[in-house]
Amino acid sequence: MVTKGQKKYKVATIKNELGLHARSAAQIAHIAGNSAASVWLKKDDKMADASSIIDILTLACEKGTKITIIIEDLADINILDAIVDLVDSGFGE
Amino acid sequence: MSEPAVEEKTLKGISASPGICIGKAYLVDKGGVDVVKKYYLKGKKIKSEINRFKAAVKKAKDEIHTIIENSPEELQQAHILETHLALLNDKLLYGKTIEIIEKEGVNAEWALKRVVSNLNSIFQNMIDSYLKERALDVAHVSDSIMRNLVGVEPEDIAAIDKRVILVSDDLSPAQTCQINLERIMGFITNRGGKTSHTGIMAQALEIPAVVGLVNATTAIKNEDLIIVDGNTGKVIVNPSEPSLVEYEERKSQYEDYKVGITRESHLKAETTDGVKLEVMANIELPEEVVAVKNYGGDGIGLYRTEFQYMNRAEFPSEQELFDKYRDVVEVMAPKSVTIRTLDINGDKAVANHTSYDEINPALGLRAIRYCLKKPDVFKTQLRAILRAAAFGRVRILFPMISAYFEICKVKKLLDQAADSLEKEGLPYNREIDIGIMIEVPSAVVVADSLAEKVDFFSIGTNDLIQYALAIDRGNRHVADLYQPLDPAIIRMVKQVADVSKDKGIGVFMCGEMAATPHHIPLLLGMGMDELSMNPQSIPQIKRVIRSLNVKDSQSFVREALKKKTARGVFELSRDAFGGTLSEVTFS
Repeated sequence: MVTKGQKKYKVATIKNELGLHARSAAQIAHIAGNSAASVWLKKDDKMADASSIIDILTLACEKGTKITIIIEDLADINILDAIVDLVDSGFGE
Repeated sequence: MSEPAVEEKTLKGISASPGICIGKAYLVDKGGVDVVKKYYLKGKKIKSEINRFKAAVKKAKDEIHTIIENSPEELQQAHILETHLALLNDKLLYGKTIEIIEKEGVNAEWALKRVVSNLNSIFQNMIDSYLKERALDVAHVSDSIMRNLVGVEPEDIAAIDKRVILVSDDLSPAQTCQINLERIMGFITNRGGKTSHTGIMAQALEIPAVVGLVNATTAIKNEDLIIVDGNTGKVIVNPSEPSLVEYEERKSQYEDYKVGITRESHLKAETTDGVKLEVMANIELPEEVVAVKNYGGDGIGLYRTEFQYMNRAEFPSEQELFDKYRDVVEVMAPKSVTIRTLDINGDKAVANHTSYDEINPALGLRAIRYCLKKPDVFKTQLRAILRAAAFGRVRILFPMISAYFEICKVKKLLDQAADSLEKEGLPYNREIDIGIMIEVPSAVVVADSLAEKVDFFSIGTNDLIQYALAIDRGNRHVADLYQPLDPAIIRMVKQVADVSKDKGIGVFMCGEMAATPHHIPLLLGMGMDELSMNPQSIPQIKRVIRSLNVKDSQSFVREALKKKTARGVFELSRDAFGGTLSEVTFS
């Protein structure tokens, strides 16, 4: 059930000084943990499971990195938006 | 059957806290986790192995919960520990380990070890050093699972029932808040430098510490007998009988020495020819006044105020600053408290206000320059200081003044702050001594004009040496060129002292140079009125002053000024005062 105009991915840029570190990765993983289907983070050609802190950390996202957040099911559109907001807000740091 | 002979080994590190201790080693980090055996399981055993793994993870979580609950709220480590909790359940750690146990039919320890070493190699290939270090979080978490799998009690640190010497790679924040400190005789670590967390904690506890040993955790085994000499940075493993005798002797000498200097530390520091010097303390936190009193400080010569501005989103309020200053001022009264205004630089500034990317922060927008650009922030602090001055003896000290116009501007702002308090009818005191740090070479050159505007100079040798000799002490390629006894430095200090005498203002020193026994004859001879240092050094420096006289020190200064090298000055000092100093200090 794909609605027109709704995309299954969005791009966000890491703003925190220290990059996407353990605490911020934990916040993403926490949100992604409630998804219906898989949620992925993509940096260049590397993909990471957004519900795994460690997998997110292995992307090694420094400040300024552009990441694409991908959902597999549009039921998770709120999760997609929540992650984008979180990244845009610099993880409230 | 006789015991196999063990050989004495000596390790050399960096002395981070003085003192000597002799005792059994207690290895903190691994607790025997390193050796992991591999074995195969079949059928039902695999299922129970998975359950065993799950139980170990559960236990590791419970431990973290307990640490969080038992930690004092002000310890800002909760975030790290919450992240560790989440990591324990992470797919790539938790899920992957279970998968390997299931698919390959191996024991949980082996499966976990494989998962972790895979992850480590991924992290080690990262370029960003901060993210690379996140491997430590993963290692920490997996270590705690592993300890629970093999049945080593991690709470050991809190539950140690005999006094031991902690041997560790480095002490983690979670470990430090677990340690039952009365049971620890000393610390030794592989990593760290003079100013590492371990060293600072050991100094506060007054126990010896040697850091930066590189291989302490491999060279030393649990229960090994070791000697830690925090005065020289030496660690002796499995000492021979003669070494033991020697160090027992040194240890009791050192303890006698400490008792002796502490007993007399409340007395004045007066030279044999009757000249009194004030020996003051440098502090950063209000809580440190307790140490200042215990060590017999004659007041506070440098109260650093940066701490309240660090690690926070907003600047502190006037009331908050006032409360802290008043605490210190009241406790120390009637002794003086010298409050230095904000000496912030790029790496310390308030989180939300680091908008300046500076290539060379040491020469950038810091200290008084920053404050003059942010008059509102500055005035808030000035008002707080003037208000605290109504409760005791306060002196105000401005950092990094490099030109006459700066002190003029600063005094104008101080007047404005006082006027605004007057208007609002708040209690304050404007009749306080005003001083500046002499730490920029230009201030030395124009000291005569600066002296007309202030009541005292305080020479900050750490920065003065760095700026005068163009040496970054943190850069190991040039660190050996950082010499307090460099003829250029001695002449500068002499010039500042002479100007002060000439203009009738006070001259103090608050850098590390003032806390070093063999520099004291020089400082005495130049006529310093006050020396300020970390509280722990006060008793020793007081004793050194009592052993010297001004007349000899003055003639020593005259000779020292003729020397052309730091080495030459040092040798002159050693020949003239080495004997006296070795009698009154511990070496």
